[in-house]
Amino acid sequence: MTTPDVFLGVAVALVVLGTVRLLLTTDLIRQVVALNVAGAGVLLLFVVVAARGRDEPDPVPHALTLTGIVVAVSVTAVALGLARRVEQAEQAEQDEQAVQDGERDGTTGAEPEP
Amino acid sequence: VSALLGLVVLLPLVGALACSLVPPRAATRTALAVSAATAGLVAALTLRVWEAGEVRIASAGYEPPLGISLVADGLSAAFLAMTAVVATAISVYASGTERARGGGMFWALWLALWSALNAVYLAGDLFNTYVALELMGLAAIGLVALAGRGALAAALRYLFVAVFGSLAFLLGVGLLYGELGTLDVAQVGASVERNAVATAALVLMTVGMALKSALFPVHGWLPAAHGGAPAAVSPALSALVIKASVYLAVRIWSTVLPGVGTPAAAHLLGALGAAAVVWGTLAALRQDRLKLVVAYSTVAQVGYLFLVFPLALAEGTPGDAARDGWAGALALGLSHGLAKAAMFMAAGTLALAHGSDRLAGMAGAAARRPVACATFAVAGISLAGLPPTAGFVGKWLVLQSSLATGQWWWAAVVLLGGLLTAAYVGRVLRVVFAERSPEDAPALRPVPARMEAAGLVLALLAVAMGLRALEVVRLLTAGSPFGMAA
Repeated sequence: MTTPDVFLGVAVALVVLGTVRLLLTTDLIRQVVALNVAGAGVLLLFVVVAARGRDEPDPVPHALTLTGIVVAVSVTAVALGLARRVEQAEQAEQDEQAVQDGERDGTTGAEPEP
Repeated sequence: VSALLGLVVLLPLVGALACSLVPPRAATRTALAVSAATAGLVAALTLRVWEAGEVRIASAGYEPPLGISLVADGLSAAFLAMTAVVATAISVYASGTERARGGGMFWALWLALWSALNAVYLAGDLFNTYVALELMGLAAIGLVALAGRGALAAALRYLFVAVFGSLAFLLGVGLLYGELGTLDVAQVGASVERNAVATAALVLMTVGMALKSALFPVHGWLPAAHGGAPAAVSPALSALVIKASVYLAVRIWSTVLPGVGTPAAAHLLGALGAAAVVWGTLAALRQDRLKLVVAYSTVAQVGYLFLVFPLALAEGTPGDAARDGWAGALALGLSHGLAKAAMFMAAGTLALAHGSDRLAGMAGAAARRPVACATFAVAGISLAGLPPTAGFVGKWLVLQSSLATGQWWWAAVVLLGGLLTAAYVGRVLRVVFAERSPEDAPALRPVPARMEAAGLVLALLAVAMGLRALEVVRLLTAGSPFGMAA
């Protein structure tokens, strides 16, 4: 087994692991990480493609990988920003709910149960 | 002339940057000017393709495989032109009121989305296609998130699906580059053979595009994202963004990897499309929010477009019938673009006027918002495929093709789908035409006339397109890939 073959196996493993995790988890941050793991696998495949065959590595897949990293960073930033705002919105909803419940019980939401 | 290819991508992108820099009031004016100019450029390009069949440019004068090419054939031009018509109407619609746009960043994101759509249709290079897909996805996600708190979760779910779809596409691109050593669509198409690597690439790319097109059974993300988006965004998502990924799936099967897909795989895609038609329509019948009715209708209508695979792209189908299937299914895509944008605009107008898109609250709307309700009705007639609309022409060609190729079951799906479409459009119309005493009718918020007009024009264009069916078919088959197979 040559070095590119090993990395090809790693790339496939990363894609599979990332995909499975993305499908199985409901935690937003974990989903973002899983997406990045799968993305890293795809980009690693491009590096393997560049290293295979001829003596000198092919520069085109390297250029594509760089572009791919830029895209992945932007997507991750947007995803993290959205995940944060989703959780803030959920938190605000829970607080409102707690305040409403508290008003119904004649106590404030912050007080502990007796 | 071939510089047009670059300009239709560049101009809206520059417009997007400009809109993010200037103050809000100026942004609206800038965006309208950019929209009109882009539509003009697309019209000139479409005319050129109509005459020449295919237009291409090697950017900076470098030929592939070193350079990156932009290519427009009949298929690209038809979708570019439909996008330009719908996009111009959306710009006019969105200029009506801030509430329709959802926020100050609307114009920048919307013009970036238009630029990305044009780039997808013109890309002659697989990696460029990937970058355009990601730009399209990010802009669309931002637009959904503009709706605020209620739509954030839907936007994030949309992001995961869209980015995962793009990654699957990129993985396919990597496999093809490893096998063939080129990213140029024409070169890949000329040298690819059916083998394990090409098949894996085809499967990955098709799955990615099916996810992005919300093909049954991976449609779950669409209703929340399309239904929850701001009024001016929903038409762009349902009419345009979905079409770009369907276009790409067709492009992959016909031009990038011709002959790699097996008839069995083509029939599987057709079967999923048929299931989408039935499932989406039944779900649309059961919604109690108007925008969700329209969103589930998109799930169903996407199904029709996937009939192009068994009818035109499976091997061994005779020439004429395959061409009818190609032109019919793709004409359905164009007419759905016009009609669905009109329908979402009407739904958005009604929702803004009533303060909510709950169907129950819209009783009697036909008397008070007649233009929006008429738009909904005319668009619905086109979606159901009644003559003389463009939807009718598309369905007629698909019917002919399925009978001529001995695949009568697709014809049954098309006819059943038309009936069910009429049912959910009729259900909405029954509510808005219901009589209501003036005393208990809620006060309506005013909606600018241009918003109603933009939707009505698109709905009427969907009818007019049916009257110019021959020209549409000629454009869809002009140049490669189908090259008038007859």
